[in-house]
Amino acid sequence: MASPSVSGPALSLRVVAECGLSKARACELWLPHGPVLSPVFMPVGTQGTMKGITARQLEGLGCRICLGNTYHLGMRPGPELIKQANGLHGFMNWQQNLLTDSGGFQMVSLVELSEVTEEGVRFRSPYDGEEILLTPEKSIEIQNALGSDIMMQLDDVVSSTLTGPRVEEAMYRSIRWLDRCIAANSRPDKQNLFAIIQGGLDPALRTKCLEEMMQRDVPGFAIGGLSGGEAKDHFWRVVTLSTDRLPREKPRYLMGVGYATDLVVCVALGCDMFDCVFPTRTARFGSALVPWGSLPVKNKQFAKDFRPIDENCDCPTCHRYSRAFLHALFRSETAAMHLLTVHNIAYQLNLMRSIRESIVEQRFLQFVRDFMRTMYSGQERYPLWAVEALASVNITLE
Amino acid sequence: MKLSLSRVVSGCRLGTLTNLGKNGVQTMELPGCLLYTKTGSPPHLTHDTLQAIEGVPAVVQLTLSTLVELHEVLEEYKAGIGKFIGMPESVLYCSLHDSSTPCPPGYNSNKTVSIWGYGGRMEMTASKFMSMQRALQPDWLQCLSDGDTISGETSRKRAKKSVDRSLSFLDECLQLQEKSPELQGSMMVGVIEGGDVLEERLRSARETAKRPVGGFLLDGFQGQAMAKETKLKLMASVTAELPEDKPRLIHGIGKPDEVLECIERGVDVFESFFPYQVTERGCALSFSYDYNPDPEAAVLEQNGIQDAGKNGIEKDINETSKADPEITSFEIFLKEKRYRDDFGPLVHGCTCYCCQNHSRAYVHHLLVTNELLASVLLMMHNFQHYFSFFHSIRDALRDDRLDQLKELIFRQAL
Repeated sequence: MASPSVSGPALSLRVVAECGLSKARACELWLPHGPVLSPVFMPVGTQGTMKGITARQLEGLGCRICLGNTYHLGMRPGPELIKQANGLHGFMNWQQNLLTDSGGFQMVSLVELSEVTEEGVRFRSPYDGEEILLTPEKSIEIQNALGSDIMMQLDDVVSSTLTGPRVEEAMYRSIRWLDRCIAANSRPDKQNLFAIIQGGLDPALRTKCLEEMMQRDVPGFAIGGLSGGEAKDHFWRVVTLSTDRLPREKPRYLMGVGYATDLVVCVALGCDMFDCVFPTRTARFGSALVPWGSLPVKNKQFAKDFRPIDENCDCPTCHRYSRAFLHALFRSETAAMHLLTVHNIAYQLNLMRSIRESIVEQRFLQFVRDFMRTMYSGQERYPLWAVEALASVNITLE
Repeated sequence: MKLSLSRVVSGCRLGTLTNLGKNGVQTMELPGCLLYTKTGSPPHLTHDTLQAIEGVPAVVQLTLSTLVELHEVLEEYKAGIGKFIGMPESVLYCSLHDSSTPCPPGYNSNKTVSIWGYGGRMEMTASKFMSMQRALQPDWLQCLSDGDTISGETSRKRAKKSVDRSLSFLDECLQLQEKSPELQGSMMVGVIEGGDVLEERLRSARETAKRPVGGFLLDGFQGQAMAKETKLKLMASVTAELPEDKPRLIHGIGKPDEVLECIERGVDVFESFFPYQVTERGCALSFSYDYNPDPEAAVLEQNGIQDAGKNGIEKDINETSKADPEITSFEIFLKEKRYRDDFGPLVHGCTCYCCQNHSRAYVHHLLVTNELLASVLLMMHNFQHYFSFFHSIRDALRDDRLDQLKELIFRQAL
């Protein structure tokens, strides 16, 4: 068995198994707060909390890495306080791994009047109206204070539906900002800085970005700038182009992807790590994720449905509660949101575990076929982009 | 069900209820409290987070007001509310109303009592009420009763009506229970009414005690309408009329000092809506019930009292979040700026999940950022703190230290 490749002082990756047909692989990722098995889905705990569930519950579901948001935590309570609390791990008492993003995406998507210059991103804080400049150095400084196991570079984020010279400008700037982030990282022995590949939907720009960023000594790479409303046809082509070129021995993190079908396809295309707010957010809106889609338990049709969400799910929610009870509870009690959050995280983690097992046991092809059949009621319903993407890596759906 | 008293100290009854629940194997220590729920769930908590709390009471309180819309669903379900809410093993007590949401007055009649569900007001006749109970199948149930005597001045006439109506409901419901196979294992709790009129209270107590009820609810002592002295005197007079071997419940009493006052007057069972109210206002119960402290702990406890005592008195110029006016001296308001960088537990020495794993600073952050976890952690702490308080009452009664406990609690009542 191959020994792990040391990608950096704080990360090593071992490819445990590869699918013979597609680009899917199952790996072990060794991080400062313990091993993570990939492919992995990372739930998003924005403000230092996984919404209504405790750290113990999250750990109990098998989660070994989750996200915190640099932008939110940088605002409240701020990096100084978190440093006093022994980093984000200490502050929220999460002893597994943490990944923090750079704050770039939030600034662009959440905040009005943000202005990007070579220096950084200038914007107005929604909390006290003050003007703030987030530079690559500042972002890394905050993330160093948070102490996350994986930090993301500050990238120049543009909408994935944007075209024109701005995309190219953002791609080149992201490279320059990567270098500044690398220089600013005061704890490379404890915290891994990942690069984020940009370039919009343009293959030439993406290729250029990959060439450049791969020359930098970073322990891992993210594919950014996607999952923003672009056509799925373009989306998967950018993903596969990237994984074709990214080094085998370093983890590939596809940002913002979390829908089940997208996860399965992008694993086939060679991605290892994923994050998305969707599963936890949709839980709070009353929807439970299941292998055949989603159940809006808030809806009247479930009022007298005495079955669990999923009879084959072994999560604490399905073990004890029925759809009817969740429906009744949802009207007035926060506990309903927590119960659905538990289930949806369990669903995501179980999905990834099943994917991984199938790769290790050399039956990923069959897994994908079974997955698609369960998710879509008839081959004519299979999303075309998914069929094409899978076919591109030798997975035919019959 | 059997009640065994081990001792009576200054009017306080120390004992155990045994043979509780469908299997007859559960027990409850007295004096004690119930586990408060809304729509069958302890607020903010799932089964897992509830399990992490120490000292959870054996008897769970359900409220008809939060369950009444489920009548049809439960009739179809058939297996009873316990299983439906994921608590098939618990002993269940169903009360009419939820003490955290007081009912508007003036909506009861000779034949009906109004319950406020999420969809609005519902009028319950004895027949409709018992039909709902047949679907719920609780272990204990508060009988349909007219307790509408707590808003302002109640006339003698109105007090008399509350007794007449409640007795009439009781007789009718007992009759209906006899004919209901689903309710053969359920215990009817007789409700003692009478407002602030001694004569009526005594009549209610004596008449109710003649019926085959398994326990008694002292109703109409909630709220601020009655003067404290009157309230306590009436309570003592009522319990004096009641048989010793049946539990006495009370609703709407939650503050530690008031709990002790009621126990001294023969009350056994309380609700736990109070820790829920504390949670809702972003506070943590911090009062000490350790009547046996070592010298070090005494100093810490003093600090704790000072913390609680300072609620709202220190006006931070930049403080934009105001404490709820209902805040008591038994709790601390964690949104206050001074907790922002306080890395100690909510309460020193507390063994709850929150205090063992998190800091005041973290809970402060969760409150400031409006995160759901704030309520989860506070509810866990507040329930455990409250349940431990009742445990200390029982210990104090056992150890003959009631006076010390009283002194400690009343000192903190400010």
